[in-house]
Amino acid sequence: MSSADPSILSASQVRKIAALSRLSPTDEEVERYRHQLSAIITYVNRLKELDLSGVEPLAHVGDTTNRLDEDVPGPTLPTATLMAMAPRTWDAFVRVPKVIGEGGGA
Amino acid sequence: MNAMAPTISETVKAVASREMSCVEVVRASLKRLDEVNADLNAFLQVFHERSLARAAELDAGLADGGVATPSLLGVPVALKDNICTDFGRTTCGSRMLEKYESPFAATAVAKLINAGAIVVGKTNLDEFAMGGSGENSAFGATRNPHDLSRVPGGSSSGSAAAVAAGVVPLALGSDTGGSIRQPAAFCGLVGVKPTYGRVSRHGLVAFASSLDQIGTLTRTVRDAAIALSAICGLDPLDATSTDKPLPDLLVQLDEPIHWLKVGVPRQARSEANHPAVAAMFEDAVRRLAGIGATIVDIDLPMIDHGVAAYYIVAPAEASSNLARFDGIRYGRQATPAPGTADALTELYCRSRSEGFGPEVQRRIMLGTHVLSSGYYDAYYTTALKVRRRLKADYDAAFAAGCHAVLTPTTPGPAFKIGEKSGDPLAMYLEDVYTVGVNLAGLPGVSVPAGDVAIEGKHLPLGVQFVGPAFEEAMLLRVARMFERAG
Repeated sequence: MSSADPSILSASQVRKIAALSRLSPTDEEVERYRHQLSAIITYVNRLKELDLSGVEPLAHVGDTTNRLDEDVPGPTLPTATLMAMAPRTWDAFVRVPKVIGEGGGA
Repeated sequence: MNAMAPTISETVKAVASREMSCVEVVRASLKRLDEVNADLNAFLQVFHERSLARAAELDAGLADGGVATPSLLGVPVALKDNICTDFGRTTCGSRMLEKYESPFAATAVAKLINAGAIVVGKTNLDEFAMGGSGENSAFGATRNPHDLSRVPGGSSSGSAAAVAAGVVPLALGSDTGGSIRQPAAFCGLVGVKPTYGRVSRHGLVAFASSLDQIGTLTRTVRDAAIALSAICGLDPLDATSTDKPLPDLLVQLDEPIHWLKVGVPRQARSEANHPAVAAMFEDAVRRLAGIGATIVDIDLPMIDHGVAAYYIVAPAEASSNLARFDGIRYGRQATPAPGTADALTELYCRSRSEGFGPEVQRRIMLGTHVLSSGYYDAYYTTALKVRRRLKADYDAAFAAGCHAVLTPTTPGPAFKIGEKSGDPLAMYLEDVYTVGVNLAGLPGVSVPAGDVAIEGKHLPLGVQFVGPAFEEAMLLRVARMFERAG
């Protein structure tokens, strides 16, 4: 692993990935993840040496055709059951922090 | 900790012939559980009263008579805690879901219960099924019943330990890259990952949806066949479950396959294998030749690239699947700092950072990275191309007439708790023989194949047979031939 290896992540890259992942690691964790993720990425980079020209990607091994169900209503979970799982509610609503105006930004 | 408890076959026979009541069977299981769990930490939740009440109900039904014996009548079972039950909690071994109570049961669980099984508890696991040792649980590591200083394997750690310790004859696990087969090998069990689509994933908390399958941990191949027969099948609630009929897994189970042909890939004899695994593997090949099998040397070049492809595909899918845990609708929500209006994004980040352990965060970040703009083609698309080549490798072996492909299940025996936990990559390389099977969507079974004495303990070793898609009946016959010749 040389420092010129582009697979080695910088701390700022790790912070960017963490932000995209909706995670907020501490500085110490950023450093640990930087090392561990760099080692893993260096390892998976071996795939770039393979000649894969003409090979179609395979995202899923299952049947490629859709199976259509009859359009018949089935049982559903009661709203009250689902609402009871939410950590914070207000009347019939799930409560979230203010997202519009100051302090907002989802 | 020898497993002295009855098998599924023995239990059902004893219950059907009234030699034992369901209540007696469950009492014995719970007693064993209470004896061993402090050492093993295999169970996160035990349903003492519930399971005894259910057993009493089944006994009452038996007394009334007239009903055909269901295939799992009175069989105590344990469920990996990423499989939803509509009673108790489903924690996934995570702080995120520490108090989560699923409002519905997994289809596989409903099928087990319909077949007469009795759920005695939910088992420990690597958080969200991510890991190969059981050490990634938020609720502490599970220990291997064969040597308490070692891991039982993972991620179905508690399920394997529970069966190996004789608590239950059957536990369900889930297998995304080896999470049933590897702990089966480390604990001396039969572990089956069915073909992708055989068992409904409805109610299995998603890790990597194109790879996840529910499967079984049992002590014998026959028990695996009985249990699989109960849980397989088309489910309208899982669009990827197959409508291909499941052949009878039991009727021909004991009939040897004539002209059995087993492919042994060059890659199975890797220099990275532990010497005991290398020796065990040659014994296994000789055992098969001894019962008349033709052993064919084959080449599966992509096996060597399976781990790299897997650790792109699986984290990519995980990063997407685990995005649902936002701390808003269910699961853990971070406590907002008093007196401040927490912004939504900050609440997401804090809830997830508090709720997920390091391995889960690592995989989410890895998956996010390989899917992010500028890296997608270089990593994700490349891995999917390797996936197609890997499947083609296996397909070619089967097209050439092999009934099954044989490898060791793992490159080494169970390792010490803590031995690999600081080095994620070293842990990932343990999965070399198992991950390709998930990427190719094939059925695989790990079968006990001897043991190795280390530090005065006998550590089990396992071999893996991989079969063509939807050929579980044949695969289990091969496994049974191997088991019987042992």
